[in-house]
Amino acid sequence: MNFEGYRKYVFVLIITSVIFFTAFSISNYSNEKRIQNIQSIEDKIALDLLSSETQFNLLKELSCKTIDNSVLSQELNSIVEKLAYAEENLGTTDPEVIRLKKYYSVLEVKDYLLMQQVDQKCKRKSAFILYFYSNQGDCSDCKKEGYVLTDLREQYPDLRVYSFDYNLDFSIVKTLQVVFKLKNTLPAIIIGDETHYGFKSREKIEKLMPVLAKLKAEREKAQNTATSTATTTQKKK
Amino acid sequence: MIEVSQIIPHIFLFAALYFQIFLLITFFESRETIRKQASHTNTCYPSVAVLVPCYNEEKTVARTVESLLALDYPKDRLSVVIIDDGSTDRTFETMRAFEQHPQVTLLQKENGGKHTALNLGISRTNIELIGCLDADSFVASDALTEIVKCFEDKTVMAVTPAVKVWNPRTVLEHIQKAEYNMGIFLRKMFGVMNAIQVTPGPFSLFRRKVFNELGGFKEAHNTEDMEIALRMQSKHYRIENAHTAHVYTVAPKTIPSLYKQRVRWVSGFLNNVVDYRFMLFNKEYGHLGALTLPFAIVSVLSAVYMAGFVVVHLVKYLLEKIVKLQTVGIEWSNIQFNWFFLNTQSLMILTFITLVVSLFIPFNGKKLSEGNMRPSRDILYFLLFYGFLAPLWLTKALYNLVFSKKSSWR
Repeated sequence: MNFEGYRKYVFVLIITSVIFFTAFSISNYSNEKRIQNIQSIEDKIALDLLSSETQFNLLKELSCKTIDNSVLSQELNSIVEKLAYAEENLGTTDPEVIRLKKYYSVLEVKDYLLMQQVDQKCKRKSAFILYFYSNQGDCSDCKKEGYVLTDLREQYPDLRVYSFDYNLDFSIVKTLQVVFKLKNTLPAIIIGDETHYGFKSREKIEKLMPVLAKLKAEREKAQNTATSTATTTQKKK
Repeated sequence: MIEVSQIIPHIFLFAALYFQIFLLITFFESRETIRKQASHTNTCYPSVAVLVPCYNEEKTVARTVESLLALDYPKDRLSVVIIDDGSTDRTFETMRAFEQHPQVTLLQKENGGKHTALNLGISRTNIELIGCLDADSFVASDALTEIVKCFEDKTVMAVTPAVKVWNPRTVLEHIQKAEYNMGIFLRKMFGVMNAIQVTPGPFSLFRRKVFNELGGFKEAHNTEDMEIALRMQSKHYRIENAHTAHVYTVAPKTIPSLYKQRVRWVSGFLNNVVDYRFMLFNKEYGHLGALTLPFAIVSVLSAVYMAGFVVVHLVKYLLEKIVKLQTVGIEWSNIQFNWFFLNTQSLMILTFITLVVSLFIPFNGKKLSEGNMRPSRDILYFLLFYGFLAPLWLTKALYNLVFSKKSSWR
């Protein structure tokens, strides 16, 4: 083969390498954007939490009705899916993913504590589930439990599911394990003061949490009232 | 960072993209040469003998011979030798219809394989140019004229035609039509690079010198047309391609018959490459040793690996969906686009780029074969289904190679 022939091989190698480099750059850029997106949602949750805490501190002078119950639930829903996706794509050992998961765990615990205090103060009963899972391949039912909890959250928007990676090397998660005397049998869900190990179906959880049906009925009633009010107002016009 | 499990698919994608870009550049470099070659008019008509080996071809042999006799070529310069390789059907009786034709010679022998039939034909003729035509193929009337003009160059020792599918009707035949059109483009590019690795049974022409100096056809794992091409390349005998010489072949009509044919082809190719392995990555053999032969092997491996990769991920995905369905039932939630969940993994981006770049092969194949690049159902069917079919015979051929299994003719 002559020099021209070799030159063509090198030229093609350069073009192919440039395409590969571009593809890797696009991939890295979009991953960075994802991390930034999760980070911004977490920052928003942190701000919302701070706002709720401040509201709570003002409660002595304000009515319980002023506490906004829906601030966090939607954000929590969206971030949990995004975190799972980032974990799947960037890997469970990615330092950024671990950092975001830790931050998320802190926010969840803060939200959990705040909501408990609000419940006590306002004499109401919110629906909480603390869910411990593992994605290290040692929990065959965790995926199924995840589907059930996501489905429940969609059905009952007032339900708060706080999910924690059992194996996350983070003091808050370890403290929760000690507080709830958790065994390493996953999936584990905590409803009220009771810990339930193993897979729990949607029906089973609904049975364990009668408050869900109550909350759903209340929400539907509130929605119906809002719809009828809007219709009446329109007619008056 | 790439996970370890993704390193192999990335390597295969790099190889595929490299090969396609190489072809693309070769194509742009040689466009003018190809155009000139197509518009060049033939000035001489050397004597040609076309050998038609037959084994149980009673249905197609008459039409094959008729197409040869209808060639737009001086009658006194063209002879046809039909060799019955011990057929067990009425092939020889069908052949006898041409017994009295002045251009036709009939030969009959005991069954010994296609290569023995061809060698008998070669030994019974002393004509300078020898062509071979499978008895399930038909030539266009100007095919021979288009081929012989390549022999004006004295360094050319063999010429391959553009093989097309005869009268495609079913989806499977249309898939093969697109595949054959791609073959026309690839063979043209390989011809430009002097890296042709097969002189196909349907109407390749050789100088007698090839057989005198290198010997006749060999059994060669039931792929004598690949072996002779590699033998020629190993001795630096030039093989050219005449993309304007159209030859039609009857494509397998069912998946099992296509599977069997392709297992034979790919097994034969792999075994022949093993036999001629000294040519691999050997700069003495130019683009053939450096690019086309190694890539042909890589493409077999990568197609099998990628098919396995896709199947494993597809099965995993489906199992997850089944578990989800069993756990929470059917979800009726609205599907909303969210850029966050768009798969932007490097593997996905590179697969997409490779697929897009690879589209120039079927479209340029269509241009060379039919004169236009319009999207057609052949290409659509090919893109939709070929990826599911090819891994079947590629896997079997690899299995045959690894476990030294022999593939059969029929």
